[in-house]
Amino acid sequence: MADHDVLVVGAGLAGMRAAIAAHRAGASVAMMSKVHPVRSHSNAAQGGINAALRGADDSVDSHVFDTVKGSDYLGDQDAIEYMCAEAPSEIIALEHMGVIFNRDEEGRLGTRAFGGASYARTFFVADITGQAILHVMYEQIMKAGVRSYEEWFVTDLIVEDGACKGVIAMEMLTGKLRAVSAKTVILASGGVGRAFEPSTNALICTGDGIALAYRAGATLLDMEMVQYHPTTLAGNGVLLSEAARGEGAYLLNSKGERFMEHYAPKMKELASRDVVSRSEQTEIEEGRGVDGCVLLDLRHLGRELILTKLKYIYEAARDYAGVDMADDPVPIRPGQHYIMGGIKTDIDARAWDAAGSAGWDGPRGLFAAGEAACVSVHGGNRLGANSLLETVVFGKRAGEVAAAYARETPDFEVPPSRLADAERGLKELLDRPDNGEMTGALRLEMGRVMNEHLAVFRTEDGMRTALAEIRSLKERYQSLPVKHKGGVYNTDLIFHVELGYMLDSSEAIVASGLLRKESRGAHFRRDIPDRNDGEWLKHTTARLGADGPEVGTLPVTVTRWEPQARVY
Amino acid sequence: MQAKIRVQRYDPESSEQPWLQEYDVDAPERYSVLDALVKVREEIDPSLALRCSCRAAICGSCAMRVNDQARLACNTRLSSVVEDGGTVKIEPMGNQRVVKDLVVDLQLFWGKVRAVQPYLQPDAEPGPEEEFIASNESMLNLLTPMGCIMCGACVSDCTALEVDENFLGPAALAKSYRFVADPRDGKSGERLGALNEYGGVWDCARCYMCVEVCPKGVAPMDRIMELRESVMASGAPGTPGSRHVQSFANSVARSGWLDETMLAVDSWGKKNVPKLLSEAPLGIRALRRGKFPMPAFLHHKRPGHRNVRRIFERAEAGKE
Repeated sequence: MADHDVLVVGAGLAGMRAAIAAHRAGASVAMMSKVHPVRSHSNAAQGGINAALRGADDSVDSHVFDTVKGSDYLGDQDAIEYMCAEAPSEIIALEHMGVIFNRDEEGRLGTRAFGGASYARTFFVADITGQAILHVMYEQIMKAGVRSYEEWFVTDLIVEDGACKGVIAMEMLTGKLRAVSAKTVILASGGVGRAFEPSTNALICTGDGIALAYRAGATLLDMEMVQYHPTTLAGNGVLLSEAARGEGAYLLNSKGERFMEHYAPKMKELASRDVVSRSEQTEIEEGRGVDGCVLLDLRHLGRELILTKLKYIYEAARDYAGVDMADDPVPIRPGQHYIMGGIKTDIDARAWDAAGSAGWDGPRGLFAAGEAACVSVHGGNRLGANSLLETVVFGKRAGEVAAAYARETPDFEVPPSRLADAERGLKELLDRPDNGEMTGALRLEMGRVMNEHLAVFRTEDGMRTALAEIRSLKERYQSLPVKHKGGVYNTDLIFHVELGYMLDSSEAIVASGLLRKESRGAHFRRDIPDRNDGEWLKHTTARLGADGPEVGTLPVTVTRWEPQARVY
Repeated sequence: MQAKIRVQRYDPESSEQPWLQEYDVDAPERYSVLDALVKVREEIDPSLALRCSCRAAICGSCAMRVNDQARLACNTRLSSVVEDGGTVKIEPMGNQRVVKDLVVDLQLFWGKVRAVQPYLQPDAEPGPEEEFIASNESMLNLLTPMGCIMCGACVSDCTALEVDENFLGPAALAKSYRFVADPRDGKSGERLGALNEYGGVWDCARCYMCVEVCPKGVAPMDRIMELRESVMASGAPGTPGSRHVQSFANSVARSGWLDETMLAVDSWGKKNVPKLLSEAPLGIRALRRGKFPMPAFLHHKRPGHRNVRRIFERAEAGKE
């Protein structure tokens, strides 16, 4: 009999929200993550979470419109409407769980302004919102007593007869492979930022779930849509939250000008992220930068506000850039931050086409939520503070739908041969002869290629170069050895497998980028600088074929908002 | 800069004993200790095991001992812990079982966190569309304990845990404070009652190590002291810990100095003969060294004790 009704892979916000929802729906649930849940990268979301809860003039429609416009009209509007409509009750649910949201003078929930939003609808906990929600979510997991496989690394999805039936995973503390069967698997394992170097992302963000689904036959959507965040530190790529600009910080060029006034006269620093990042890059390339950066200036906000509302940012600038932000502006530049694309799902978080014959598909019983998934609500560009929202809204949905699906799924056994095959594969990998290649060196090359050719500005030539280089890295990967052979906590082995995952995602990103012959959202092509709604108001798809990604397109769902020119 | 990284290694598959291994690293000025360790792992020795993820002091993975003190490797600049050409000592966290190299077993840590019922337990929830009403000050007050990233540095260097594994320890107690001080929680009475027992707030030795090593300014010991005040104010029944504090204060207020004999008697209780007898060896050792405290009936007031009394009165008045 199957070990679990619902197995959630990844234990960040989407994963834990899914686990709680499935648990409440009566399913037997387990979570599995290669790190302890509170180490997950949801921690890094600093600024807040959006909801049109009760602003006097705000409305769910306004939130939907801002998100649609932010997505450069690539987001599916039915999914966006669902997310924004669910947002207010999810904020309240989080508050009831114990999140210590900022309050107004009456003791009710208070908000701050954020990029690309018409109203101040971002709920927050200083500049540690993700951390504050993640830790409270884990409190709820402890309360519910949900089974948690901590430091288990998934190496394979078990797919039989077109249905996902569990995972093969390595228990990191022993190095043993195990088969864990489940009637449904929810992939909530985050994005693939580490395919880029530098990136704001944690070292664990290697897109494991994206690659696992892709290899298992699922469809990836809009993989070319990679967000560069406007304010990252030059050295190690550490993020300084948009909350800084939300609270009123300026962006300055080398002449001390607030250059965003030229690019986005109305919203200025709070235009959407793709717009701000391109503007910064233009300033830098046209010679108005400072050592490859522009400046983030908080001085006029005053030390007290900085230390209460932006304390983490203040510490990060101090520790990693050596700048006291109350006294001096800090050099920042656009840096890889987020992937809007991911595993194609429907509004119910299903990674297969339950409706039938719509031109995409994936294994039945496989679900995805959070950054690993593409519903799609962010389209070509995600608005700040919409990612936390997506994790909880679609995490919850995934948990509920998976629990219901599991109830109707007959029990089964996974044949022992699955585990034996995996063990044989692992042995072959460990037995590879040492040819002198290092995993770290290959990873850095991949990161450099992606950051050079798939960044804020792209071209056909650049992406063709990237594709060739990624393919050559994949060749070398085929004979890349694992140097350390031990069982206990063998990170050399883990990094090896992760690199394989990232190379698959990278190839899908480049192939999708080459397919989209227009500029939209984060995908800005210098050789084709205009959006082309006539031909390209479409999603790109990528499925794994015999020779790499097979790309295609899917229509975008437009409900009430016809594409318009995008001006901030 | 050049630095030697001396790492305490351990691999249960190859040796029963830990060993020291040195790596020479050529590191740019901006490197953190973590950057240097990652460089070692990627370029010199892929068998080196450590946990790390965010590189930005948010995820709490990379706590370890650097030159004998627990810290996050990621927000410790290499140049702040070793001079050019010098050697920096890297060891796994203390008070926890080592799994491999710098990776420790966190079961003990999380077991203690789970023991404080680490989740909000409101008496009644507002409606599904309403939040709890709470002042912003009360939420900002919780920002400090919520800033805890559960890295384990405080538990690593806690001197009380080192001698008594039953102590809840600084991280779990700071987590408990987060609920006791949350105006939405309805179980602060029960929580304080539990913290008043053996293993709770009175077992802290007030050594300040947790305050010193916490990388996030949570200052667990300060939270423990606030919990102690809440326990006393809650009127929870006397336990050896709370009676110890009460006896201490009473004695000093009365005579200007500490009546150590009565401290033992009050703390354990007059009728708790077995416990009082268990103090006998200590008494004998003190007697031998001429340090036996004055018997209670000979304990006299020190000169100027009235001034001490006034300090107490002023402090009491200040509280109100």
